[in-house]
Amino acid sequence: MGARRTERLVNLVICLLSTRQFLTAARIRDIVPGYGDDDRAHEAFQRMFERDKSDLRDLGIPLESGHNSVFDTDAEIGYRIARRDYELPEIDLAPDEAAAVGLAARLWQSGLSSAATSALVKLRAAGVDVDTRSVLGVEPIVDATEPALAACLEAVRGGRAVRFGYRTANSGQPEPREVEPWGIVSWRGRWYLAGHDRGRQARRVFRLSRVSGPVTAFGPEGAVQVPPDLDLVATVASVTAEVPTGAATVRVRKAAGAGLRRVGQIVENSADHDVLSLPYSDPEALAERLAGYAADVVVLAPAEVRDAVVRLLRARAEEPA
Amino acid sequence: MTAPGDRLPRLLALVPYLLARPGIRLTDAARDFGVSPEQLTRDLNLLWVCGLPGYGPGDLIDLAWGEDDTVTVTHDAGMRRPLRLTAEEALALIVALRTLADVPGLEGGDAIDRALAKLEDAAGTAAAGTGRVAVRVEAEEETLAALRRALEDQRAVHLTYYTAGRDETTERTVDPTRLLLVEGRSYLEAWCRRAEAIRLFRLDRIDAFRVLDEPAAPPADAQQVDVRGGVFRPSADHELVVLRLKPAARWVADFYPTESVTEQSDGALLVRLRSGERSWVRRLVLGLGAAGSVVDPLDLAAEVRAEARAALRIYSELAL
Repeated sequence: MGARRTERLVNLVICLLSTRQFLTAARIRDIVPGYGDDDRAHEAFQRMFERDKSDLRDLGIPLESGHNSVFDTDAEIGYRIARRDYELPEIDLAPDEAAAVGLAARLWQSGLSSAATSALVKLRAAGVDVDTRSVLGVEPIVDATEPALAACLEAVRGGRAVRFGYRTANSGQPEPREVEPWGIVSWRGRWYLAGHDRGRQARRVFRLSRVSGPVTAFGPEGAVQVPPDLDLVATVASVTAEVPTGAATVRVRKAAGAGLRRVGQIVENSADHDVLSLPYSDPEALAERLAGYAADVVVLAPAEVRDAVVRLLRARAEEPA
Repeated sequence: MTAPGDRLPRLLALVPYLLARPGIRLTDAARDFGVSPEQLTRDLNLLWVCGLPGYGPGDLIDLAWGEDDTVTVTHDAGMRRPLRLTAEEALALIVALRTLADVPGLEGGDAIDRALAKLEDAAGTAAAGTGRVAVRVEAEEETLAALRRALEDQRAVHLTYYTAGRDETTERTVDPTRLLLVEGRSYLEAWCRRAEAIRLFRLDRIDAFRVLDEPAAPPADAQQVDVRGGVFRPSADHELVVLRLKPAARWVADFYPTESVTEQSDGALLVRLRSGERSWVRRLVLGLGAAGSVVDPLDLAAEVRAEARAALRIYSELAL
């Protein structure tokens, strides 16, 4: 944006803030410098003014339009900015509160970090002294670089349904989904969208990293109905949590299988082996882990885990060199 | 803060900012806005010719320059307050504060709650919907609290630590430098006397620890780990491994840092990653079965096949 245009926009904001009356575009052209006072094509001015209005709205400036009286509705539409809608209300933060805000602004590792920075600019302009170097003993950092995140945040905020391509854990081909988004959760460092899947007519949790291509909002704002008793974090946690449903018995060579020993119990030992009992929820997932230990770990029971391990090992052993 | 699109918001914030701080030094203001003093001077020069309709003396924004490069607003042209927070700005700060409020054992929890209440208040309608976004960081509460005390008291700590890459549990004495919550997990950053280097220790992999009486003494020149961009960043001298992943093993590309991922015409992925630990790659690939294989290096592929055959022999001898 050029300096002349920036100057014009600053003057436009000051002008519209200072008026109680709605000012028509023609009046604004007369008052605010920079729109050109020659008889240049009316259309050129209109294009300029439309662009300026949209720039102000993009910044979140509450540009009102209307007529000065109810008897005036035939007249051209006018504009103004209501001071109470524009101005950040008084906010007074104690030094420790300002330090907390400074730490919070540092949480985001990109993505939302620019929004946090511009929020700090406004707080400082409100007279708050924010120290962004403060520490509270622990430094949290959250990655918000997920490409689908921004569009999902906007859809959740607006209460609009979204459409996107989604790959499940095992399919390479994205499938189209239509979802009424309820909320977004970062859990164990990954972002999830929870909502109602229209195609499947059920509550679903989507991992944003598996969204493929753009996320497109559709339908009216505020159309999404969020269940009133929804516990967002619990919904996401329940999908990603693993509750053990069984225990496998495995023979582990001494000095091997440190990762298994951390989660299992030794039930038997001999000079060169220990027998561990390992809790598990998904036999396939456990088999994948145990197969990784090759000859160091032998599954004794149950058969579903042992067979799965043998299948994995055979696939590897028989692979052409 | 230096992109051209940031200039208008900065200009709108500048007058109220200066009003709240009469006689502020230009360099201090520039630092707060994240711009150079030269840029800030250009901004002030632009504002100086802006003002109320009429644009005569008494209408324009007026600034008084003091000694030592200080500046004071003498006429504000009605720009007394900053613009309200946008929904995205409110979300960025409010969700972050709620995240901090949830971290167990974080000092200043009370200040976080107070700041949160005030911000929600000031954000008004922009704060609506922030409840629809939540961030949870896992923190091993007791370990975190104890290590934080050790950090404050500057004491060395003895760790029993599980290294997933080598699948081994080791004993080591470390000099704590920082506690971090990154990518949803908590880490102790410390000088490891065994490795003689700064290392990150994931708290859920610390199987046991003992705070020692001896003082922590990390070398003065020990560099902090740069975690922006990921906790695990393989080094260029780690071995490059190429894996072929069928759809059932695509999660590997999601889960581990990769150098490149290439889609193949048959729906498989070709993934290049670096690993300092061959045993880690062997464990990973053995667990993938038919869904994934090592394309390169060839001797690693042969090692993995030999391991699978050796394991199968045990199963056939056991004849369970």
